[in-house]
Amino acid sequence: MRYLERRFVHGVLLLISVSIFCFLLSELAPGSFFDEMRLNPQISPETVAALRVQYGLDRPLPARYAYWVKSVVHGEWGYSFAYNSPVRGLLLQRARNTLALTGVAMALAWLLAIPIGVWTASLPGKPVDRLSMAGTSFLLAVPEIVLLLGFLYFVVRTHILPVGGMVSVDFDDLGLGAKILDVVRHLIVPATVLVFASLPILVRHVRASMIEILGSPFIEAARGHGISPARILFRYALPAAANPLISLFGLSVAGLLSGSLLVEVMTGWPGLGPLLLEASMSRDLYVVVGVVMASTSFMVLGNLLADVMLVVADPRVRTD
Amino acid sequence: MGTEQATRLARKPALFKMRGLSKRYVQRRPFSRKKFVIDALVEVALEIPSACLTALVGESGSGKSTLAGCLALLEKPDAGEIWFEGQEISRLNDAKLDPLRHKIQMVFQDSAGALNPRFSAAEIIAEPLEVQGRASGQKLRNLTCELMEEVGLSPDWADRRTLEFSGGQRQRLAIARAIALKPSFLILDESLSGLDLSTQAQILNLLLDLQAAHELTYLLISHDLSLVAQIADFIAVMHEGRIVEQGPRQEVIGHPGQTQTRELLNSIRVSEVAFQAARAGGRS
Repeated sequence: MRYLERRFVHGVLLLISVSIFCFLLSELAPGSFFDEMRLNPQISPETVAALRVQYGLDRPLPARYAYWVKSVVHGEWGYSFAYNSPVRGLLLQRARNTLALTGVAMALAWLLAIPIGVWTASLPGKPVDRLSMAGTSFLLAVPEIVLLLGFLYFVVRTHILPVGGMVSVDFDDLGLGAKILDVVRHLIVPATVLVFASLPILVRHVRASMIEILGSPFIEAARGHGISPARILFRYALPAAANPLISLFGLSVAGLLSGSLLVEVMTGWPGLGPLLLEASMSRDLYVVVGVVMASTSFMVLGNLLADVMLVVADPRVRTD
Repeated sequence: MGTEQATRLARKPALFKMRGLSKRYVQRRPFSRKKFVIDALVEVALEIPSACLTALVGESGSGKSTLAGCLALLEKPDAGEIWFEGQEISRLNDAKLDPLRHKIQMVFQDSAGALNPRFSAAEIIAEPLEVQGRASGQKLRNLTCELMEEVGLSPDWADRRTLEFSGGQRQRLAIARAIALKPSFLILDESLSGLDLSTQAQILNLLLDLQAAHELTYLLISHDLSLVAQIADFIAVMHEGRIVEQGPRQEVIGHPGQTQTRELLNSIRVSEVAFQAARAGGRS
């Protein structure tokens, strides 16, 4: 338990460090949200200066950071200049959409990677293993954007799925079942691309961990006792190979908010990706900080989750 | 061992018989099309008499463990015959080998690696019994505790993980698992290596007691001729995948006919006196 407490404190310290680092980097970046207004002859320099004062941008960096911390404590997480609203509402809505996409993609990727990795590890060098290795090599070599463009081209040409956004125009008029189906149909293209992007790494990790364990003397001993290959694979080898996979699972969780930026932007999925892009382009400082902090929180949570799972899964960690 | 005893032992029926046993491994060098061939077993012919301790000795890489793997039904030979209890088994498929597996068990050198680190001592011993449908529930637990007692482990330790045992205790645990299915043949693959002299002697005494109690046939694989010179009934010497010499212990140790045997005899690293003293201590 002390181990987990220590990891939690590390996580909180990391979040504080990242928030300070974010503010320092934003200070180094040239310009601010209100600089473009100066180019507009209809807005007087006095108005721009008044807006800067109103949003606290005229104050020094420590004061701005203190304002942001106070705002986080009050549950607002800063204020968006572009949307003229607290960041929290914006983030929660967009994070929900992103999690719907990446959660489905991650679950599918793991559900596919474990059986494929275990199966190919049990048949090393056999045709199915070679086919899997060739497939994963291909997917690793193809950039995510090319994969996405390929899918988009296919879907646009065949009209089998909707392209762009998360729901159809007539979404509000649909019944509950039709609404769910509509979201699922919009989800297929971005989720499939995310699955194909992460699958080769996961399959290769599962395969490599399993091959290493399958060569262990205790597996040989189990075979000698007449224990069936399936029982050896799933009761002996997979739990023993789990530790590196649990750490990798933690990383998957860590990437839930930040791993789909490109796919979201290109498919118009209203998640955190497009929000971060817009906020960065317009220098909407607190939105950028909010998205970065949300991603970092997921990284900390993912690693904490992996630590808890390790404690549950491995008696040796509990013994320590 | 007198000549009379050697003759009596030689008359024992063979539990295992091997003829012309060969096994070859072909490996490819990285980034090269060149293959290199390792002849792990070459035309091996060996008989293992029942209820005896046969020692298989030879330097590292001489093919001892490959031969053990073939006998333990973990590897298939490329050529040759293996006869077990009067049945030729080298060409049997897995389904036909499964009923034989419980009769042939193996105890490995690396006890820490050979026991599932996630299982408790009780789970390790119970697993083969459960899989073979020998017992379940409380009966399985009782059987497990009896086996632990038989090998000198306290049943109070049944829920400990393997890493909480010493090297000698782990080897006892491995032996308990091996004898759980009441095998007729036990392969001890360097099972006494890596243990200190006193623990080695204690494990050896345990093995000899178990042999007497269960009429077990042992194949002790070792590169330590000093050890087998104390305990083996028969000795076979392996060199580069071949059996270069075999016979009753007295003949092989007293009148080594091959250079390899003489070299192994010269490399005896532990004095007989020290070992005998440790064994005597182990029995007390």
